Amino acid sequence: MLSGLIGRKIGMTHLFGAESQVVPITVLEVGPCVVTQVRTAARDKYDAVQIGFGRAKALNQPARGHLKASGAQVKHLREFQADEGSEFHVGQTLSVTQFQEGDLVDVTSTTKGRGFQGVMKRHGFAGGKRSHGQKDRDRAPGSIGAGTYPGRVVKGKRMPGHMGNRRVTARKLRVEKVDGERNLLMVRGAVPGARSTLITVSYTRGVPLAERVSPEELAAAVAAEEPQVEETATAEADAPAVAETPAEEPAAEAEEPAADETPAEEPAADEKPAGDEEKA
Amino acid sequence: MEAREVVPLETNEKIAEFRPGDTVKVSVWIREGDRRRLQSFQGVVIRRRAGGPSASFTVRRVASGIGVERSFLVYSPNVESVEVVRRGIVRRAKLYYLRGLSGRAARIKERTQTGKR
Repeated sequence: MLSGLIGRKIGMTHLFGAESQVVPITVLEVGPCVVTQVRTAARDKYDAVQIGFGRAKALNQPARGHLKASGAQVKHLREFQADEGSEFHVGQTLSVTQFQEGDLVDVTSTTKGRGFQGVMKRHGFAGGKRSHGQKDRDRAPGSIGAGTYPGRVVKGKRMPGHMGNRRVTARKLRVEKVDGERNLLMVRGAVPGARSTLITVSYTRGVPLAERVSPEELAAAVAAEEPQVEETATAEADAPAVAETPAEEPAAEAEEPAADETPAEEPAADEKPAGDEEKA
Repeated sequence: MEAREVVPLETNEKIAEFRPGDTVKVSVWIREGDRRRLQSFQGVVIRRRAGGPSASFTVRRVASGIGVERSFLVYSPNVESVEVVRRGIVRRAKLYYLRGLSGRAARIKERTQTGKR
């Protein structure tokens, strides 16, 4: 598995979570990425896999030469680290499905360019007073230093200047949904950049991945869950009526957690061996 | 591709077709500690807003002399049902003007004829 993939930002919307709450998400189109080059320590002094994304309308001669081996007509190239023991070959296609719900990822891209901006927008300064005899000081930065000593402005002083259009990483975003068919990755929260900006999605370092589940198991788990969901729904619908007779209440509640536990444990036990297979 | 087109939406069949100007009764799930119960809110629909999963509508009612407006997300699982109590004739899509009116002036004529859309 590669440490990340590239794609483009589609935009924000939301999902409804398990408790009916609104989950803000950013939709990303990730992959399919084509392996365009495999770098090895022996030849390149470091190990990496170069992948491409996006359809290029036209390629110049050097790019055509570079992509000849993979046969890919891609617009963007990026390099990522490969897992130990995993093999990649030029021309291989990688899909979003390597990500899974629950994984934490970092998303890097270029922020929207804001041009030359003043100190209030760029650094959040308060600006000047708007009354008390003030004139033309509404958005002024104020003093930028002392006088004859030190006789200069300190380095790094926050001043007006170009804002945005720089590389920013949004860290530790939770993967909320993966759509392998449409190559979509839905990630919780906001991602830097405008819509259709090139983005790279990589696993957050030092954070273990969510437990791997194969598609068949996922389908089985969903099937196993469905009747159970209905049960709880009816139990909950009954709850207000039960509330009037407090004596019955604990009994009704005791049943619910029991119904929850059994189906949840079964798929968990099945998942572990399959997860090992995928790693191997 | 638009982000809002990507999210699969489940249509709630218990939400009746309604328009601005209609008086509706909305049943919503309310969480109280670890229990859930249904609460209903009845009033005039003063706006409908499209937008995929963020589609919403706002219901206005005057409760003990005070105007109360509540917005609901159409696709939220918390919205159990929407029942049309009375259909109204209005000539605009957003009925914000109702906020400035009270009593007899805030009435909406009932739509009885079904043929006219």
